[in-house]
Amino acid sequence: MKIKKNIATSENGFIFNPATGDSFSANAMASAILLAIKSGASAIEIKQDILQKYEVNAEQLDRDWEDWIIQLKEANLLEFESNNGN
Amino acid sequence: MATNYSGLCIGVTGLNANDNPGPGVAVIRALKAGFGSNIRVIGLSYESLEPGIYMRDLVDKTYQIPYPTAGTVALKERLAYIHDQENLNVIIPNFDAELHNFIKIAAELNNIGIKTFLPSLEQLRRRDKSNLFEFGQKNGLEVPADQKLYSVTDLQKAADELGFPLVIKGKFYDAHVAYNMESALKAFHQLETVWGYPVIAQQHIKGIEINVAALGDGEGNNVSIVPMRKLYITEKGKAWAGVTIEDEALMSLANKFAEATNWKGSYELEIIRDTDDKLFILEINPRFPAWIYLAVAAGQNQPAALVKMALGEIIAASVKYETGKMFIRHSWDEVVDIADFQKMSAFGEL
Repeated sequence: MKIKKNIATSENGFIFNPATGDSFSANAMASAILLAIKSGASAIEIKQDILQKYEVNAEQLDRDWEDWIIQLKEANLLEFESNNGN
Repeated sequence: MATNYSGLCIGVTGLNANDNPGPGVAVIRALKAGFGSNIRVIGLSYESLEPGIYMRDLVDKTYQIPYPTAGTVALKERLAYIHDQENLNVIIPNFDAELHNFIKIAAELNNIGIKTFLPSLEQLRRRDKSNLFEFGQKNGLEVPADQKLYSVTDLQKAADELGFPLVIKGKFYDAHVAYNMESALKAFHQLETVWGYPVIAQQHIKGIEINVAALGDGEGNNVSIVPMRKLYITEKGKAWAGVTIEDEALMSLANKFAEATNWKGSYELEIIRDTDDKLFILEINPRFPAWIYLAVAAGQNQPAALVKMALGEIIAASVKYETGKMFIRHSWDEVVDIADFQKMSAFGEL
C-alpha cells in the first residue's frame, strides 16, 4: 500500500491532493500513520508499532485498519490497491 | 520599481468587479505585479458604476467606450481619441461580447501603434458556444450535447431529446440549470432578452468543476497553462474560491485545443470532471478569466506574458507553477466622492 506520491501531508493532519484539489483533515493518529506510510513503513510495521504503543488488541486494530483503508480509497489517496490483506 | 517596461501604457477593459466579475481588475493587478508600478493603466469602461474605474491605485485614468452594438467605427474613433491623449502601447480586451469588434480593428490599431494579441475571427467562431459541440466532435474533445434554441418549440424538442436537468445558456454570458420545463422556459426568455439568439440548451453533466487559464502563441502551442479547481461556487456559477491543481490530462486537453485552433491569446477552458474521470469542456472563453491573478500567484503571469508577446517578444513556454495556491474572493466597499461618479457619467472620463 502506498499513498500517491504527489499527496501533500502536514504534521498537523492536513492532507491535500493536488491532482483533484480535495483536502482533508486527519486526526493525530491518522496523520501519524500517513506520515509513516509516506516514509516507506509497511502496514505490518505500522500495526506492530501501534500495538506496542497503545492499548488495543490486534482484532480491533485490524478492523479499524480496514475502515481506514476504505476511507483512503474513497478519498482517492492510494497509489494502488493492496493485495496482501493490508 | 523601474523596469524595462516603465512608462508602458496599457488599456484594459472588464472593470466590472461585481458578482459576475469581469477580468479587468485581476489583469491590471497582474500587470502591476509583472511590470512594476511605473506602467500607466488606462481603464476602458462601458458603465459609470464599474468598480475598477474608482480603484485609483490600480487604474490611472478611465475612459468610457461605446457598447459593442455601436460597431467598429465608433470604437475606432473613441480609441483614436484616447490614443491621442494617452499614447497607448497595448490594449487587452476582456469581454467576450467586445472581442469581435476589437479583432476587426486590430490591424488598424496596430497601424497607429496600439498592439493587441488576439485570436482571429475564425478562431473565435470555432469555439463559440453555438459551435462548441461540433468543434469537440471534430477534434476528439468531449463536449456535452447541446441544441441551439430560437423558439419555445426548439426548447421543447431539446428537453425531449436531452432530458432534464438542462443547462440553458446565453449567447455570451449566463447559464441556468433547469430541472423542469417551467424553469427552462423562464431561463430561455430571460437569456434571449438579454443576449439575443441563439440561446443554447446543453446536457447537464454532474461532477467537479475545473477551469484552466491558458495563453496560446498563435502557432499551436501554449506558453502557459494553469488549472484551478473551484472550491466555492456562487449562485451564478462563479468561482468565489479555488485552488491550483496539477493533472496531466488537463494539460493535454489545453494543448490539444491550442494545437487544433492555433489559438492566439488568452483563453479559459471550463471543464467538468464526471464520476468516471472523463473531462467535458463546457465552454471556452476567449479571454482571461476573472481569477487570473491566481495564476500569477502560482508563478505564471499570463497577462504580463501576453503584453510582451503583443510587443513582439518571443516567450518561452513555462510549465512550472505552484499547486495548492488558493484564492478567496471577497467584496469590498470602495468609497468615492460623488463628484468622481458625476465626472465619469457626464464626460466619460475619470
